[in-house]
Amino acid sequence: MIELRHVSKRYKRGGQLVPVLHDLSLCVARGEFLALMGPSGSGKSTLLNLIAGIDRPDSGEILIDGQDIARMNESELARWRAQHVGFIFQFYNLIPVLTAFENVALPLQLTSLSEAAKKARVLKALTMVGLADRLDHTPSELSGGQQQRVAIARALITDPSIIVADEPTGDLDRQSAHDILVMLSGLNREMGKTILMVTHDPKAAEHALRIVHLEKGQLEAGIAAVPLTPAASVAPTQKTDAHF
Amino acid sequence: MLIFNLLLRNVWRHKGRAALTFLGLLVATLAFGLLSTVVSAWYAGAEGASNARLITRNSISLVFPLPISHAERIRQVDGVSSLSWANWFGGIYKEPKNFFPQFAIQPESYLNAYPEYLLTEAERTDFLRDRRAVVIGRKIANSYGLKVGDNLTLKGTIYPGDWEFQVAGIYEGRQTSTDTAQLFFHWDYLNEEAKRRNLPRSQNTTGVFIVQIAEPARAAEISLQIDSLFRNSAYETLTETEKAFQLGFVAMTEAIVVAIQIVSYVVILIIMAVMANTMAMTARERTGEYATLKALGFSPQFVAGLITAESLMLAVFGGIAGAVITFPVARTFGDAMGTIFPVFEVASQTTVMQLILALIVGLVASVIPAWRASRIRIVEGLRAI
Repeated sequence: MIELRHVSKRYKRGGQLVPVLHDLSLCVARGEFLALMGPSGSGKSTLLNLIAGIDRPDSGEILIDGQDIARMNESELARWRAQHVGFIFQFYNLIPVLTAFENVALPLQLTSLSEAAKKARVLKALTMVGLADRLDHTPSELSGGQQQRVAIARALITDPSIIVADEPTGDLDRQSAHDILVMLSGLNREMGKTILMVTHDPKAAEHALRIVHLEKGQLEAGIAAVPLTPAASVAPTQKTDAHF
Repeated sequence: MLIFNLLLRNVWRHKGRAALTFLGLLVATLAFGLLSTVVSAWYAGAEGASNARLITRNSISLVFPLPISHAERIRQVDGVSSLSWANWFGGIYKEPKNFFPQFAIQPESYLNAYPEYLLTEAERTDFLRDRRAVVIGRKIANSYGLKVGDNLTLKGTIYPGDWEFQVAGIYEGRQTSTDTAQLFFHWDYLNEEAKRRNLPRSQNTTGVFIVQIAEPARAAEISLQIDSLFRNSAYETLTETEKAFQLGFVAMTEAIVVAIQIVSYVVILIIMAVMANTMAMTARERTGEYATLKALGFSPQFVAGLITAESLMLAVFGGIAGAVITFPVARTFGDAMGTIFPVFEVASQTTVMQLILALIVGLVASVIPAWRASRIRIVEGLRAI
């Protein structure tokens, strides 16, 4: 369960403090697929960053399975992210000098798995995203859609409970975007991953189980701060115990 | 292994930039090595000096000679085991540019005092038997194509006229640091010729006495005893260890040596600045990647370590290449210098210093970029993509 309590965040812009999130509270159930929508500057990416533990709130609590990540120090937070969060970025953020295999294997360097186990995991992840035949390709040798699939494999490789996706289809053509969204839905449905996705695209948001709109740093009026039917969210169709 | 691959590929990511930085490091390391070798060559005489030898000269200046009669009184000093003498000749071999030191020596005692000059028994015997014989060092023989039995003429500058000699032997150095760019001939020959050619001020005199002592620990005490023998005489002496004597020569040109040393370190400072700029540029370009790594859970220390290791790797590659190439370049340079630098060998300390400095360059160049990268705020870094 992800629970945000009275979270506020301001950024300094040109010497002025600009409020981005104001006294925001939100609950996301385990296994939920949540789409965050809103106009530019509404604070949706900031909200995603706070939940992913790559930014800190000015005030409020961010409880993930009862643990307040806002109170963790840098190294605790880094360890927490490595274990619990998988990242999917708009521009994929793959390391250009590493192959698809190596990019996916990168987060496993922080684990104590044997080399053989790491290799098996990476092969499984890349097979799952349909790139088993592209292991030795560097990002520049892959299409945008393929790069995003490598990024998804990388996000899954440590078997995190939460996957955060910031405009994952923002840089892709329609077909590739559709493929990626289907893949994310599958991860949510079949592997029970909690997915938080920021998107501008209403069609993309339709793949989520719940859509939350943000406006000027607050949830839009009429939007529930808690899952309306958590049971339905937690128990998606054909949920399995599949994991790495 | 994956992290090592990442490092290695990052080093050569911008091939042109990496190659130029590598070349800069190579040239800087080479320049440092060569300049250090020049400085070492300057001190070679002092380095090769023995603790068991004292040099007695005129206390006013080396330019003024000492009477040979001092020899008997010096021999009497307690602690002196043997005595020899040498006199600077200063002749020209064919052309003034063909410079090499020439000394008129007391042959037997001098060769005994300098066992580092290796002659065959036959060469030694031939040299001692013939008053017009000379022995030359291997470097002179190689530089001017001289061999045993060749006639050799020196044009005197201090002692006017042409001086005819015959090469009786070519000495080798016991160590690579032994000076083999000297010529030795009989003092008796010089003295007789000085009389025959009517050079009264050059008769029965010598430039220095070489005093061998049995106990090097007593060098200071024996030096004082020798000098006290001639106090208030017309020819007062100054006795010092051979090393101090040689360093006295170096001191005359110390400003040049210091300048060379400063330049050698300035070269390193320049490459350090160039390398720091390269690393800063590299780190700035990869801000997004470092932010991604941190988002994935890698620590700020890991990111800083990546930059430092990359900088060190590049610096070490350049440093090793520079250190290796110093040897053939120094050999060529030493050969081109002829007998100006009697000993021009790259010392092992120089190679070690080259590698240490390369490491320091790599380390210092990465400090600020690594620190900055470790402090990148993930959210801001991700915007740099």
